[in-house]
Amino acid sequence: MRTTASSLKVAAALVLATLVTAGCERPPIDEVQGGYRGTAMVQVYNPRVLAEQATHNVVPAALPAAAEGGPLAGTIYQNVQVLGGLSIGEFTRTMTAITTWVVPKDAAATEAGCNYCHVGANFADDSKYTKVVARKMLQMTQKINADWKPHVQATGVTCYTCHRGKPVPEYVWFKDVDNTAAGGLGNRAGQNRSTAAINGASLPSDPFTPFLLGAEPIRFTGATALPTGNRKSIKQAEWTFSLMTHMSQGLGVNCTYCHNSRAFNDWSQSPPQRTTAWYGIRMARSLNNDYMVPLTDVFPAHRKGALGDVAKLNCSTCHQGAYKPLYGASMLKDYVTALAAPIPPPAVAPPAEAVPAEGEAAPAPAAPAVTSSMSDAQVSKRQPG
Amino acid sequence: MAEYQNIFTRVQVTAPPYPGVPLPNDGSIGGREGKGFLQYLVGKFGDAQIGPIYLGWTGVTSILFGFIAFEIIGLNMLASVGWNWIEFVRQLPWLALEPPPPSYGLSFPPLNQGGWWLIAGFFLTASVLLWWLRTYQRAKAHGMGPHIAWAFGAAIWLYLVLGFFRPILMGSWGEAVPFGIFPHLDWTAAFSIRYGNLFYNPFHMLSIVFLYGATLLFAMHAATILAVSRYGGERELEQIVDRGTASERAALFWRWTMGFNATMESVHRWAWWFAILCPITGGIGILLTGTVVDNWYLWGIKHHIVAAYPQVWAAPTVDPTTLPGAAP
Repeated sequence: MRTTASSLKVAAALVLATLVTAGCERPPIDEVQGGYRGTAMVQVYNPRVLAEQATHNVVPAALPAAAEGGPLAGTIYQNVQVLGGLSIGEFTRTMTAITTWVVPKDAAATEAGCNYCHVGANFADDSKYTKVVARKMLQMTQKINADWKPHVQATGVTCYTCHRGKPVPEYVWFKDVDNTAAGGLGNRAGQNRSTAAINGASLPSDPFTPFLLGAEPIRFTGATALPTGNRKSIKQAEWTFSLMTHMSQGLGVNCTYCHNSRAFNDWSQSPPQRTTAWYGIRMARSLNNDYMVPLTDVFPAHRKGALGDVAKLNCSTCHQGAYKPLYGASMLKDYVTALAAPIPPPAVAPPAEAVPAEGEAAPAPAAPAVTSSMSDAQVSKRQPG
Repeated sequence: MAEYQNIFTRVQVTAPPYPGVPLPNDGSIGGREGKGFLQYLVGKFGDAQIGPIYLGWTGVTSILFGFIAFEIIGLNMLASVGWNWIEFVRQLPWLALEPPPPSYGLSFPPLNQGGWWLIAGFFLTASVLLWWLRTYQRAKAHGMGPHIAWAFGAAIWLYLVLGFFRPILMGSWGEAVPFGIFPHLDWTAAFSIRYGNLFYNPFHMLSIVFLYGATLLFAMHAATILAVSRYGGERELEQIVDRGTASERAALFWRWTMGFNATMESVHRWAWWFAILCPITGGIGILLTGTVVDNWYLWGIKHHIVAAYPQVWAAPTVDPTTLPGAAP
């Protein structure tokens, strides 16, 4: 009896210990020092979590290079608004790559491959929303690679950076639905939910609407020791804290990746990554407003959020838990011609007979929004290796 | 042969429950409830006797007001998950009753914009203060010193600074703490970051000293008494006036190991002051935050308590907003 009782006690203790430590990660844990010694400027990594994460960050092999020369796509095909300046070989290669990056492998026959965006009989037809979205996303990719180098450096981005083989990137955000202020009680003031995007904190659950769509002030710390008129509230600090928690979560790093935690606001003792992150916030905000929001009416209802808003991007959309998307591997280097910058359209319009007979006539090619005068050749020279 | 020890006691001495000394108004609402009974498992940890309990008008009103506050907070939490009990249980650690937005200042806001928070705060404060009065009155009625009441008062000071005095000085109820498990912890972190790192607040430093100091003293004292209990060391009050071998051994141990020892009497004064100074100094530090000091890190620089260490990156990082042509 005594043995049974003590075994029961041991079993109960084990169950209790398991419950208490259920949220813990077992050692060993790796630490990477990133600042002066003794200042806790370290990144903490669980090698087992990293090993699992690495399987999601395998870079797919680049497609074989296209043959040199050939006519420009825009002189052959109708309604090529963004990539018309590519050679026909590079154009086809890019389309093939996009198909492997974005179109789901298990799509139904009418949606599979090229059909995910194109009407089979008339590739110039814009009637599928996915094609209109894809065009806008191509422009966005070129814009990022051309004008957001302070954030993406020469590594750049491709469709795969966010999509990873899925039609909708895994990490997108919609405006938070909070109707609790409407009733007589229970107002949660936009916070106090376990939200995955902010690592389960009970901080404001949607820091994206004010900061990555709007441009609400992020900074709240006073610049003087004694009060001199800084009226930022603790609640405002919680909103910023929430955004920062998202960045930490989205990049799989600690606060000290970008900050010296003894003075979060002080730039002079911040690691240089903070500058990259600063541009990242501006980039996400700009892309949401200039590329995602204008697509609101293009998307069907089932792709939108509960408030009818379009899917938008945040840090996780590209980073997906890694300090650099795909651990800093550049896929852009293999698609520089198509994706590194906006491409000037060909001077010559495509022949009229190229318009397929069936269906409505495709709209005349519109001039793409050229925001950079950089030519493909110039961009190519700037790529490493 | 059973052996008596005073931690995880294996032997429980049972006797009829003792009702305590007579009270002047016994039998009324100010009297004792129940006759008391023995509970074996409770006896494993403390005295096996439970009750009788004295409530009095302070106890009854304190529990009533505390219940009202508990209900207001709980019902607001339940409403915030759409009156769904399963979600209420699942998300309970995340739920909260939030103070008003700062835009309402010190005015009384609509109920669902922090009005409930103010009402809950009023009832909780009334409940806590009535319970304090109860501890004071019971101590007086038993001819005890008011030490427990003043110690409890120290904790109440910190509570009132956080939720009452400081918000009034700042001119906004929105500066106060939400009622919630994780939310009040997130609030604490945000509070420190907003005011430039509370670690450079000297009263925060003192509070931590007394917090850890109190636990250290408690551990040292408890360990000492347990270690000499086989010589009657747990009969501390006897040992104060008639120092026996337990007291001598304990004192000798500390003199040998650290050259100095507390006495059976003084160690309790140490412990009491360490414990109450933790919330007292902490409350002062919080009261000064935002009202007198806006950025404790810069205050620390001003007063030369911030260590400088070498630059480890190639160049100091520059605030991009200060660069020419930068967007805000």
